[in-house]
Amino acid sequence: MSWIDIGHIDEVPLRGARLVKTHIGCIAVFRTAETEVYAATNSCPHKGGPLSEGIVHGQSVTCPLHNWVFDLNTGEAQGADNGRITTYPVRLEDGRILLDDSAVARRSAA
Amino acid sequence: MKQRLVVIGAGMASGRVLEHLTDTAPDAFDITLFNAEPRGNYNRIMLSPVLSGEKTYEEIVTHDENWYAERGITCRFGEHVVNIDPEMKVVEGEKGHVPYDKLVIATGSAPFIIPVPGKDLQGVITYRDMDDTNAMIDAADEGGNAVVIGGGLLGLEAAAGLTERGMNVTVVHLMGHLMERQLDEAAGYLLRKDLEKRGITVLTQASTKAILGEDLAEAVLLESGDVLPSDLVVMAVGIRPETRLATDAGLDVARGIEVNAQLQSSDPDIYAVGECVEFDGHLFGLVAPLYDQAKVLAQSLLGEADAFVVRELATKLKVTGCDLFSAGDFADGPGREDIVFRDPSRGVYKRLVIEEDRLVGAVMYGDTADGNWFFGLIKDGTSIEEMRETLIFGPAYQGGDIADPLSAVAALPPEAEICGCNGVCKGDIVEAINAGANDLGTVRASTKASASCGTCTGLVEQVLQVTLGDEFQMPTAQPICGCTDLTHEDVRRLIKGQELKSQVAVWQELGWTTPNGCHVCRPAINYYLLADWPLDYQDDPQSRFVNERKHANIQKDGTFSVVPRMWGGITNPAELRAIADAADKYNVPTVKVTGGQRIDLLGVKGEDLPAIWSDLNEAGLVSGHAYSKGLRTVKTCVGTDHCRFGTQDSTGLGIKLEKILWGSWTPHKLKLAVSGCPRNCAEATCKDIGVVCVDSGYQISIGGAAGMDVKETELLCQVPTEDEAIEVVMAVTQAYREGGKYLDRLYKWLGKVGMDWVKAQVVDDLENRAALVARFELSQSIYRKDPWAEHVKEKAQTYAPIADFTLEAAE
Repeated sequence: MSWIDIGHIDEVPLRGARLVKTHIGCIAVFRTAETEVYAATNSCPHKGGPLSEGIVHGQSVTCPLHNWVFDLNTGEAQGADNGRITTYPVRLEDGRILLDDSAVARRSAA
Repeated sequence: MKQRLVVIGAGMASGRVLEHLTDTAPDAFDITLFNAEPRGNYNRIMLSPVLSGEKTYEEIVTHDENWYAERGITCRFGEHVVNIDPEMKVVEGEKGHVPYDKLVIATGSAPFIIPVPGKDLQGVITYRDMDDTNAMIDAADEGGNAVVIGGGLLGLEAAAGLTERGMNVTVVHLMGHLMERQLDEAAGYLLRKDLEKRGITVLTQASTKAILGEDLAEAVLLESGDVLPSDLVVMAVGIRPETRLATDAGLDVARGIEVNAQLQSSDPDIYAVGECVEFDGHLFGLVAPLYDQAKVLAQSLLGEADAFVVRELATKLKVTGCDLFSAGDFADGPGREDIVFRDPSRGVYKRLVIEEDRLVGAVMYGDTADGNWFFGLIKDGTSIEEMRETLIFGPAYQGGDIADPLSAVAALPPEAEICGCNGVCKGDIVEAINAGANDLGTVRASTKASASCGTCTGLVEQVLQVTLGDEFQMPTAQPICGCTDLTHEDVRRLIKGQELKSQVAVWQELGWTTPNGCHVCRPAINYYLLADWPLDYQDDPQSRFVNERKHANIQKDGTFSVVPRMWGGITNPAELRAIADAADKYNVPTVKVTGGQRIDLLGVKGEDLPAIWSDLNEAGLVSGHAYSKGLRTVKTCVGTDHCRFGTQDSTGLGIKLEKILWGSWTPHKLKLAVSGCPRNCAEATCKDIGVVCVDSGYQISIGGAAGMDVKETELLCQVPTEDEAIEVVMAVTQAYREGGKYLDRLYKWLGKVGMDWVKAQVVDDLENRAALVARFELSQSIYRKDPWAEHVKEKAQTYAPIADFTLEAAE
């Protein structure tokens, strides 16, 4: 696994998200606590809503279009909704956000 | 022959190494111990009690002169080591060379000094050793103001100690809450409250720009421009491993001196221990792992096999009266679940983090008695599957009583006021119940309690239940969401009554069951706080729905719509040209005229928003707030300017109202209209607030709607002058802002409080009307501004991706 530095944690608002653009689509990087980040696809499986624009609470995000709630640990939709978002390995080192580069490049070579 | 061992640094880690060595193999080594400080090993953890005056230096000495003498250790205290020569195997001290067979580097850590102007002034000190502590004690004898930069473990202990010694202390902390590495937000909030109670001022999200003064430090200047007078500045922002000697000697050094599990550096005869080492990517600042290292190092030096492993850590703050505990990992890792317990009345907060039936982290504040038990579960990886439900109550849990939610009401004295609007106290209600009232309706009819604004309805029902017991069937009140059992009305009342001025305060004091709410309660609480405490509370964009956070309406394809404001529906060729130019420049696919008399640009890409706003701003156009739970538009007809039927200047009044009300947040959207005559071309009678001009003045009616529900407005009053019409509109808007439930349109609020109550508040009681207007104006002093201009200036970069790999990979 190799890690790509995508920015500093302070560039992501607490309980907010920022977007990472890749050839295989957009990834949302969520900051759920002072020093806690998650990464997942930006697109809601329901109607494609941009998850990076959702309200971030606990370790979940609510899609801004129709309020589907996803657990960022598992990617599973919560409650009565059925669906799953792809999550990606991400970690923090000295305040830098490191994203697994397979998230960025996995299918881009094709 | 004895081997020659040289140890650099007489701290707690090397002290423990020496204890092990001299106990198990007293004759193995000829030991020389260097220490830059002019003293031997003392218990550095106890510096805080020394600072606060609870202990003396003598009481915290671990190894005194006799101890070293008995063990034949040659002490070279107060002597700096200049250099290590690993080729010759010699340590060069200021007063001469010492050859070694084995060398232990235990140089500890150095405080991190933030590189701001004035950092070298006299009166700026760090908090690391006995000399620093003495310097602080001396400074405190003079009294005056102290500023502690850094709200971590060390900084807070310094702050508490200096306060104890009579100084006036302010803590300046860069992050959003104190001790963010050990505590979550809720525990940080409680800690702050306790510290503030003992007189310490705490500033969070505060960044130091400079320390001011000629030779002596006089004040600390913050980025915000605030100046804090300070006779003493303590820098406690963090520590870094002291690695200079190791680096100069050519050893492998990353953040710390790199060692293997035997504490051996890249040179096989040189070892390192304590805060100066880095092992497997970890640095060490707490004493437990240092003692583990010391044990392993002693074995390694004696040629015995042993290996250091990184273990879980627990933290406690050594400030008397601040009871906190933090252990394990409560901040990261997949597949985790929280258990949260809060007891607001005792100021207790506990949070457990569980992963696959194992406890992985715990944060506690206020009651940490079970800390070590939880820590044990974390360290041992005990399965908690069986006790999951009761885990949070600790080891002593025996199925005790759950706190009675009604007990607070039962404990109220008879003279406690329940209904503020009508001045009804608990005794009056109990009396009415004893006289036969047995439900909310009859209590309301006989006492008027909860008959006005209605926010005390829950309380009245609780009095009914306490008094009648099982005879009273409590209506099931709808809680805001799954995070709380409280209703919107309860929360609004408690925010005002308990003066809760932050979201963390609401979550903690009102016993939220989740760490930080959910998408349902967060926007509501954010609104209530900013409506009730406009000056104290700062709007939280992350608690807003995307439209209000981005000041544009999200469309189903993820693009946005942009609607500039047209005051009273009036525009001009220059504005129209600017709108047309923007539509061209940003390839806006759809341009539509709205029902609120303005123009909607649909299909703008999120990242283009700041640029299009900037262009529109240049033409004098500002946000139309077409996205907000706040003032939308004031629709007008042309009135006396052009219309042969017009009775008053309806356009002019509409523009005035819009200029007064714009930017204000309300429980739901707020639409107004002003018609110039009863023909009502502006359709004022289906708006939230409508004004219809007549010959003799202005008819103001409220509570209309033309959405899912269609409602005609009800007449509130008729007033003779334009100024009075404006005042009534402001007052009714403020009353709605203060009392309305989040997401209730004005007509729903009106249905709950009743037209009579509104009339009494804003028509009949002129003093109250003026007070409402004043409170509205106060709030508008913060919110009457263009968010687009602000975002263009301060937040434009947040609209772009944080990283874009589509650009670089294309090459």
